Amino acid sequence: MTNQKKATSRRGALKTLAGAAAGAASLPLWARYAQAQSSEPIRIGFQQHSTGIGAAYGRWYGRTTEAAVKLINEGGGINGRKIEIIAEDDGTDPKRGAEVVEKFANQHGCDVGFGTLFSHVVIGSAPRAGELKLPYFVVSEGHHVASGMLNRYTLQPGITDVKSQVQAMAPYVSENLGKKVTMIFPDFAFGHDHRDFFSAAIADQGGEVLAQIAIPPSETSFTKYFPQIPRDTEVLYHVMVGPAVLTFVKELGEFFGDQGPEIFGFIDSLEAVDISSPGLEFLEGTYFWEGMPRYAQEDQSEHETFYREAVGVDENGASVSDPSDVSTYAHMFGCWETLHIIKAGMEEAGYAGPDDRAKLIEAVEAMGEMPESQAHPQGAKRFNGKTHQVFGHQHISRVEDGRLVKVHTTSIDDTMYPDEVDYTTQPL
Amino acid sequence: MEFGPHLILATLEGAVTAAVLALTAVGLSLVFGVMRVVNIAHGEFYMLGAVIAWYVAQMVGGHPALGFVAALVIAPLVVGALAAAADVTILKRIEYDPERTIVATIGLLYIIQQLTLMTYGPEARPVEAPFSGRIDLPWFEWFETLFGMTQPWGWSITSYKLFVIFAAGAVLCGVWAMMARTKIGLLMRATQADRDMALAFGIPVERVYALVFGIGAGLAALGAVLIVPIQQAHYLMGVEPLLLAFIVVIIGGLGSLPGTVLAALFIGLSDGIISVFFSPTLAKILATLLVGLVLVFRPQGLFGTRTA
Repeated sequence: MTNQKKATSRRGALKTLAGAAAGAASLPLWARYAQAQSSEPIRIGFQQHSTGIGAAYGRWYGRTTEAAVKLINEGGGINGRKIEIIAEDDGTDPKRGAEVVEKFANQHGCDVGFGTLFSHVVIGSAPRAGELKLPYFVVSEGHHVASGMLNRYTLQPGITDVKSQVQAMAPYVSENLGKKVTMIFPDFAFGHDHRDFFSAAIADQGGEVLAQIAIPPSETSFTKYFPQIPRDTEVLYHVMVGPAVLTFVKELGEFFGDQGPEIFGFIDSLEAVDISSPGLEFLEGTYFWEGMPRYAQEDQSEHETFYREAVGVDENGASVSDPSDVSTYAHMFGCWETLHIIKAGMEEAGYAGPDDRAKLIEAVEAMGEMPESQAHPQGAKRFNGKTHQVFGHQHISRVEDGRLVKVHTTSIDDTMYPDEVDYTTQPL
Repeated sequence: MEFGPHLILATLEGAVTAAVLALTAVGLSLVFGVMRVVNIAHGEFYMLGAVIAWYVAQMVGGHPALGFVAALVIAPLVVGALAAAADVTILKRIEYDPERTIVATIGLLYIIQQLTLMTYGPEARPVEAPFSGRIDLPWFEWFETLFGMTQPWGWSITSYKLFVIFAAGAVLCGVWAMMARTKIGLLMRATQADRDMALAFGIPVERVYALVFGIGAGLAALGAVLIVPIQQAHYLMGVEPLLLAFIVVIIGGLGSLPGTVLAALFIGLSDGIISVFFSPTLAKILATLLVGLVLVFRPQGLFGTRTA
C-alpha cells in the first residue's frame, strides 16, 4: 500500500474555487425571497414523532395538522400568507428533538416550532427553542410548561395539562369507583405528573393511593408488574404509552379475568387501539378519561362534526379510509387548535417575519377566553398568559357495548389550580 | 399477593421469556460455534420473523390459527433464506474475518431495521393468537382447620403461553437431534471442530456455513413468531433480544448449545422472578453484572471450552 500524502496543488485549489462558485450559483430558493418577505409563506416547523415510541401519535398529529393547514390556507392563510409545514422526525427522542428545533431555526428559517407531544422530548427541546428565541408551541399535556420548568418561548395553548386533568378526575373516581387506588403509569416525566398530581388530588378527596407501579415506556411485557397490585385495591388507575399499549391492556385483562377492582384509565393506554380487539372484552363497564370523545356522541357539536370530517375520522374514531386505523382522537385536536391560535396570534401581532417573534409571544399571552368554535372544536378554553397553559373541559367515558360513551364532563373551573410561574416577567 | 402463588406466577412468566430466549440464543450460539461469526444482526432476524408473521397472518385471513400456522412455517424459511443469501453475498466475500464480520453485521442490522421502517412502518401491529384461553390456577392452602382451594387474583396463565413454553422445548429437542443424529449435524460439528480438516475431507464448508447462518436466523425468526401473539411486531423489537441473547451466550459459553439453553433458562427465570419480586430494571442489572463476572473469572463461559 502506498502512503503518499496529497499535497495541495495549484490545480486542486482552482478546482475547489470552481466548486464553490457553482455552489453559490445554486443557492436555495428562499434566498430569492429575501427582499419580498410578504409573499413568502409562513413556515411552521412541525416536530413530528414519525418513528420511535410516539409513532402512532405522530401519524395522527400529522393528519390533523395537514387538515388544519388546508382549512387555514383555503381561508386566505395568515395575514394573506400561506402556511407551509416543514415536518421533521424527532424519533420521539429528546436529543434529536433539540437538534430538530435547531434545524427549524437555523436551516429551514421557520417562523415558529410546533407540535411536540412526548414530555421528555418537550423538556429536551424547549431550552434550545428558548435560546434560539424560536416560539415553540407544544401539544404535550405535560405539566412542565405550567410548572415553570421551561421558558417564555414555550407555550401550550391547545391542550390541557395532566395536573388539571387528574385534578378534575379525582372527585369522580372517589365518589363513584372507590377510595383505595393503585396507579400504573409510564416511568418518565408524563407518568410522574400522573403519579404526583393524582396522588395529591385523591388525598384531597379523602382517598389514598395504595401502590404506585412505574413501568418503563419501552417495556413489552407487563404481567410481571401486576402482582404488585395490593389485594385491597378498589380502583386500578392506569395510563400507558408506547408501541406495546395493546399488550398492556390485554395482559391486564388476562391477569384479572372476571374478578378484580374497578378500572379507571387514561385513554392514552388505548390511543390508536381498537377497543373491539380480541382480548379487550373485559374493558366493558370500565371508565376512561378522554380529552375529546373518540366515538361520535349524541350531543356532538356542529364544530366537532366539521372537524371530524376535515381530518377524515369516522364516527368510531378511525380513519374513513381504513376502519382498522384508529386515531389518537383524545389528543390530536390540540394540533388543530394550536394552529388556529398561531394564526390568531400572528394576525393580532401583525407578524411580518422572525423579527416579530417577541410580538407573537405577547399576542398569545394576551389571549384569555376562547369560545367553542370551528377553531376550538373540543370546546371552550381559558388560556393563562402567565403560565402559558390552557385550561378546558375534560370528559369521562364508560365502555358500553364496545363503545366509549361519555358519562361526565367537568367544568373548566374544576381543572384550575394556582399559578406556579409568571413567564411574562422573563425577558423576550 | 401471597408468596406461593406469586412465586409460581413469576416462574411461569419467566419460563415464557426463557423459552423464546433459548431459541434466539441457540441460533446465535450455533452461528458463532460453527462459523466463528459474531452476528450483530441476529436481533433483526428475530424482528423480521415477527414482521413477516404479521404479513402472512394478514394475507391468510380466516381463523387466526390458519394465519399463525402459515407464519410458523413461512417466516423462519423466508428469514433463513435471506440470511443464507447474506452469508453468500457478504460474509463469504470478506472471508469470515472476525473484525470485518462484526462491522458487516452491524451494517446489516441497520439495513434490515431501516428497510422495515420504510416498508412496514413504525407501528406496532398485533398478530392474533391461535387460541388464548385464560386458565385459572387453583391454589391450595390451610384455612384455620381445613384444607381448601382458593383462586387468588391474577393467579392464572393463558393456554397460549403454555403452548409457547412447550413449542420452544420441542424445537430445541429438534435442534439437538439434528446436531447429534443427522448427517448434516455431523458435517456442522466437523466444521466446528476443525474447518481446514473438514475442507480436506471434502466437506462443502461454504455450503455448511450458508446453511448454519440460515438455520441460526431461522431459529430467531421462529422465536419471534411464537412471541408475536403475546407482544406485537415492531421494527425496534430486535434490540432487546439481541442484548439478552448475547448475555445468555456469553454466560453459557460461546458455541456450546447445552450451555446456551441452561443459561437461557437461568436468565429467563431469574428475569421473571426478580422482576416480580423486585423490579425489572434490577433483573437487567444483575444479568449484566453476571456477564461481567463470567468474563472476568471464566471467559470461556460456564460450559465453553477454552480456545487458544
